[in-house]
Amino acid sequence: MKYFAPSTIEEAVGLLASEPGTRVFAGATDIIPQMRAGRPEPEGLVDLKRIERLVSVQRNDTMWTIGAAAPTAMLTANAELSAELPGLVEAAGLIGSDQVQSRSSLGGNLCNASPAADSVPAMIVNGARAVIASGTGTRTVAVADIPIGPGRTSLAPGEFIIEIEVDRPPARTGDAYLRMIPRSEMDIAVVGVGVRVTLDEAGRCLSAAIALGAVAPTVVRVGAAEAALVGSTINDETLAAVAAAASAACNPIDDKRGTIAYRRHVAGVLAKRAVTIAAQRAQNASNSGEAR
Amino acid sequence: MSRTHVSCTVNGDAVEFLCEPGGSLLNALRDDVGLTGVKEGCGTGDCGACSILLDGALNCACLVFAPEAQGASIVTVEGLADGDHLHPLQECFLEGAALQCGICTPGFLVAAKALLDHNPNPTETEIRYGLAGNLCRCTGYDKIVRSVREAAAQMREATS
Repeated sequence: MKYFAPSTIEEAVGLLASEPGTRVFAGATDIIPQMRAGRPEPEGLVDLKRIERLVSVQRNDTMWTIGAAAPTAMLTANAELSAELPGLVEAAGLIGSDQVQSRSSLGGNLCNASPAADSVPAMIVNGARAVIASGTGTRTVAVADIPIGPGRTSLAPGEFIIEIEVDRPPARTGDAYLRMIPRSEMDIAVVGVGVRVTLDEAGRCLSAAIALGAVAPTVVRVGAAEAALVGSTINDETLAAVAAAASAACNPIDDKRGTIAYRRHVAGVLAKRAVTIAAQRAQNASNSGEAR
Repeated sequence: MSRTHVSCTVNGDAVEFLCEPGGSLLNALRDDVGLTGVKEGCGTGDCGACSILLDGALNCACLVFAPEAQGASIVTVEGLADGDHLHPLQECFLEGAALQCGICTPGFLVAAKALLDHNPNPTETEIRYGLAGNLCRCTGYDKIVRSVREAAAQMREATS
């Protein structure tokens, strides 16, 4: 195996083109266990972490730009990001132990394409986009369009993600991510739920996004739950509709972590709770005057 | 297969080694640098026995490719003591009997140091979450958690 540590995007693109069988990695927290488990080793590895842009986190007037290989510990340590997108940061912070947090990244979590990836539903409800590099330049696609099945992405050979873009949330907007695991730490989601809501001045829901992880081969957007919220205030009745829609949207598997019936039930419970938290945050964002 | 040359700093000393490009930093530290305090438990980032500080950040050495260490500053359990003076965490682990078989101990010590570097006064809950990436199959964790609290108290005392 060969190992490369380019310092520019162009260099990395060139290596992927000239070295057949070479793949990129960020934190390697998935690729190393996969190699250990007997998956064929790639011919070469391209470490993306020496490229400055891939490990930086920046904010301008309109959006956040998060390097695809930036360690999630960097996101949880960023007070401004945590204040504006708390659900996204909580989801990123749930990936593995403190040891893993030094290595895990949004780009890696997305491209590993696990149905249970914690950060993916949280990125999707925030409308996140992936900026992709290849030999022909860059293109930007919705994060939701990257995973196409367990372990499979829509990226073409030679492509890799440079950064994740997330627009800064409008006023009276809150996001949240909750997951259910059988232990209190260090496990993989049985169900994960990302939610984002924007309220009007009267507390009515202007827009809503709800996405479920770990209950289908890829993340499931729950359009019926979103429709139940928009135009309504968040009360017991709308929350019951959200829960029912989330349970109905699941297409889960039975495995050692949970049965199909359990996953369906938990998806409803978590969706309700996550909407409540997101709405509370949206309310606080308007009260504190932090919203822009 | 050509081996890759790596220069880095380990426990304050300049170190050079040759490694397989796809080999782990864990194997390089143990076999080439000779620091066998870094233990291998699972080899997949679940048990934390190979915990090290890599440029100040807590990492599992088994989840790092050896060539990634180029130019890095690494701390292993061997770097915790100051000459013959054990680190307060090491003293408190001994005093509090926070180990039985001992294979997880180096990883716990390094992870606890990383925790206290960021949070000198952690609650019991914060310690348990901070050490969630380290597995011990002997002690039941209570003695480890108590020893970390005691070490934190002693270290705060010493700096106040």
